[in-house]
Amino acid sequence: MIAVAAIRLSDLFAVVMLFGVYSLLTAALFMDLDAVDVAFTEAAVGAGVTTVLMLSSLHLTKRWEVLPRRKPLLSLLVVGITGAALVYAVLDAPLLGDPTAPVHQHVTPRYIEQGAEEVGVPNLVTAVLASYRGYDTFGETVVIFTAGLAVLLLLGIHEDARMRPGVSAIGDQVVLRSVVKPLLPLILLFGLYVQFHGDFGAGGGFQAGVIFATAFVLYDLVFGDGSARSVVPPGWLHRLAALGVLIYGGVGVYSLLAGKAFLDYSALAADPVHGQHLGVLLVELGVGIAVFSVVLLIFYAFSGRSRRR
Amino acid sequence: MSLVDHLPVLVVIIPLMAGPLCVLVERPLAAWGLALAAAWLSFAAAVALAAQVNGTGVISYELGGWAPPWGIEYRIDTLGSYVLLIVTGIAALVMVAAKESVASEVPEAKVARFYAALMLAFAGLVGIVATGDAFNVFVFLEISSLASYALISMGRDRRALTSAFDYLVMGTIGATFILIGIGFLYMMTGTLNMQDLAARLPEVWDTRTVRAGFAFLTVGIGLKLAMFPLHLWLPNAYTYAPSVVTAFLAATATKVAVYVLLRFMLDIFGIDFALGRMPFEYILLPVGVIGILSASLVAIYQVEVKRLLAYSSIAQIGYMLLGIGLASTTGVTGAILHLFNHALMKGALFLALAAIAYRLRSTSLQDLTGLGRRMPWTMFAIVIGGLSLIGVPATVGFVSKWYLVLAALEQGLWPVALLILLGSLLAVVYVWKLVEAAYLTEPRDDVAVQEAPLSMLIPLWVLVIANVYFGVNTEVSVGLARQAAAVLTGGAG
Repeated sequence: MIAVAAIRLSDLFAVVMLFGVYSLLTAALFMDLDAVDVAFTEAAVGAGVTTVLMLSSLHLTKRWEVLPRRKPLLSLLVVGITGAALVYAVLDAPLLGDPTAPVHQHVTPRYIEQGAEEVGVPNLVTAVLASYRGYDTFGETVVIFTAGLAVLLLLGIHEDARMRPGVSAIGDQVVLRSVVKPLLPLILLFGLYVQFHGDFGAGGGFQAGVIFATAFVLYDLVFGDGSARSVVPPGWLHRLAALGVLIYGGVGVYSLLAGKAFLDYSALAADPVHGQHLGVLLVELGVGIAVFSVVLLIFYAFSGRSRRR
Repeated sequence: MSLVDHLPVLVVIIPLMAGPLCVLVERPLAAWGLALAAAWLSFAAAVALAAQVNGTGVISYELGGWAPPWGIEYRIDTLGSYVLLIVTGIAALVMVAAKESVASEVPEAKVARFYAALMLAFAGLVGIVATGDAFNVFVFLEISSLASYALISMGRDRRALTSAFDYLVMGTIGATFILIGIGFLYMMTGTLNMQDLAARLPEVWDTRTVRAGFAFLTVGIGLKLAMFPLHLWLPNAYTYAPSVVTAFLAATATKVAVYVLLRFMLDIFGIDFALGRMPFEYILLPVGVIGILSASLVAIYQVEVKRLLAYSSIAQIGYMLLGIGLASTTGVTGAILHLFNHALMKGALFLALAAIAYRLRSTSLQDLTGLGRRMPWTMFAIVIGGLSLIGVPATVGFVSKWYLVLAALEQGLWPVALLILLGSLLAVVYVWKLVEAAYLTEPRDDVAVQEAPLSMLIPLWVLVIANVYFGVNTEVSVGLARQAAAVLTGGAG
C-alpha cells in the first residue's frame, strides 16, 4: 500500500516520508520473522539515515515531480513478469518456519549448535556474519567504502564561506535545541553500546556506525549548518573510512602472516576461542568506523552542495 | 601455511587493500605507483596460481579457516585460473598506460581517489572469479559495479554522468535479479557453496523455485554482460568513460560476466539441467546471432570510434553466447577462447584509442584523418587489432572463430556457421572505416600531433604482439580453454 502510494504521489517530500514509513514497517516485518539484527539495520539505515539523505538531495532539486507524458507500459510489463515469476517460484518453496526446510537442515545446525563454542560469541548472527562468513562482511564493508568513494568522486565536499555554524537552516528552534541537546550524548552512548555489545545482543558495527553518524547529522541539522564540521572535519572522513576497511583487512593479513588462513581469528590469541572473540570485536570496530565515516561523508557532501546554489 | 598456499586470496586482497591505501596516500604519483605495484603483484600471483593449478589440479582455500560449506571457500580451477590471468594481465598493462592518460583526463585532486576506485573495481572482478561461494559472487559484484559506476562518471564529457546513471540502474536491477536467484537456490538447498550447490541441486531440479532461480540468474547475468537485448547501457558507458576505464572494463568486466554465466549455468546447475530441462540453448543461440548481426550493423554507422568499438563489443559477446549455446565441448572451447582473445583485441584497441585521446583529446572518426602518418605506431596497432577483430588468419580472432564455426558445423548447423562469417564481413566494413580515415585521407594541417608517449605505446604493443603470438602459437590458450570446456561440459559433445 505504502509503496503504491509512494509511486503514485508526485509530491516528492511526501514520497520520502512514505519511504521512511515503509522502512519502519519492513523493520517490523523482520522483527516478526525473528530477524532482530536485520530489523535493527533496516530501522537505522532505511528509516533513519536514508530519509535524511533523501531530504537533503530533495533540497538540491525540486519538490514536485515532473510527470512523464509517456505511459511506461514496457516497465509495467517487466515488473508484472518479474512479480509473476516470484509468485511462481514461491509455489514450490518450503513453507515459512517449516523445520524440515533445507535451509534449516544443512548448514545452519552447526552454526546454532557449535557457533557459541567455536567463536565464543553468544549472538549467533554476529558469529555467522563476522566469523563463519567474515569474508562476506569484509566485502560488504568495502562496498560501503566504495559508495563513499563514489560520492566523494562525484560531488566532493565543499567548504563554503557562507556556512554559518551556530545558525540553523530551519531557524532558531529553542524547543528543538533543548530537546536534542540532552539526547545527543544518549545517542552516542547507545551507539557505543551497540558497537561493543554486538557480540552479546542485537547490533554490531553496521548499526552502531549508522547510529553514531545520526547523532552528528542531528547536531548539524538543529544547531546550524556546518556545526558538525567543527567537531569532525570533512578532511578526516575519507581517511577514517579507509582506516576502517584497513582495520578489518589488517586483521585478515595478520592472521595470514601468522600462518593461518585469511581472517582466521584463532591466530590472534593463544586460545583459539579467545582469538575468535577478539577478532570479532576488532572487525566490528573496523566496520563501525567505516560505516560511520561514510554516512557522515555522504551527508557532508549533500549538505555542502545545497548551499552552493 | 606458507605464502604459496595463500596465493588464491592474495590475488584478490592485494588490490582490495590497495584501494583504501590509495585514498590515504592522496598524492597522484604515489597512488599510481601503489596501484601499479598492486596490479603487477596480483598478476604475478595469478601466474603462479595458473602454474599450480596446471600442476596439481583444483586449489581450495578456506577463508577464516572454516571448512566449506560453513565458511567461504576460494576455489581455483582451470577456467578460474585462465580468467584470472586475463583480468590481472590486462589490469597490469592498463595501469602502465594509465599514468599519462589519467593525468590528462581526470582533475588532479581526484586522481588518487580515481586509482582507489580502479583498484576496487579490479579487486571486485578478481574476487568474483576466485570465489567458490555463490553469495560471495554477489558481494564482489557489488564492489566492482559500484566502483565502475563511479569510474565511468569521471569522464570529461558531462554525458558521462547520465551514462553512468543508466548503467547504475540497469546494473542494480541485474545484481538484484542475481541476488534473488541465489536466494531461491539457498532456499531449496540450504547451502551457498558452489560445489555443494552442484551436488544438492539435482534432488530439487523439478521444482518451480529452482526454475525461477535459473531464470532470474540468466536475466541478471545477461544484464551484466550486456547480452542482446539487455545491452542498452553499454555503448554510452564505454563511450563517455575515461579512456583507461573503457580499456580496462571492455577487456575485463564483460568477460567476468561471461565467466559467471559459465560457472552458474554449466557448473552449478549443470549442463543436463541448463540444456536438458531448461531451453537454454534456444535462448542463447538466437540471442547470440541477433546480437552479432544487429550490433555489427549499428557499429558500421558510428562516427565516434569508441562507440563503434563498444557496439563491436556487444557483437563479440554474441559470439561467446553462441559458443555456449552450441553446448558442445568445441562450442564452449570457442566461447572461452573468444573470451580470452576478445580481451586481447579490445584491450589493444581501446588502449590505442586512449593514446589518440591523449594526443587529440577526441576520438571521433573525422579527427582520425591522416593519423597513419602522425601516429604510425598507434594506428598500426589499431590495424592489427582490427584484423584480429575481423578474424584474419594469424591473429587470435581467427582461432576462436574457427572453433565456433567448427562447433556449428559439428552439429550440422551450417546456417549458424554462415552467420558467423557474415558477422566477420560486417566487421571488415567497420574496421575499414578506421583504416580509410587514418591512411587514405590527407592529414589535417591545423593541428600538430605527435606519436603517443612510450608509457602508452609499450603496453599497447605488448597486447598487439599477444594478439599475433596467440594467433600463431595456439597451444597454450587453446589447450587451457579446451581443458576448461571439457570439465564444464562433462566431456559431452
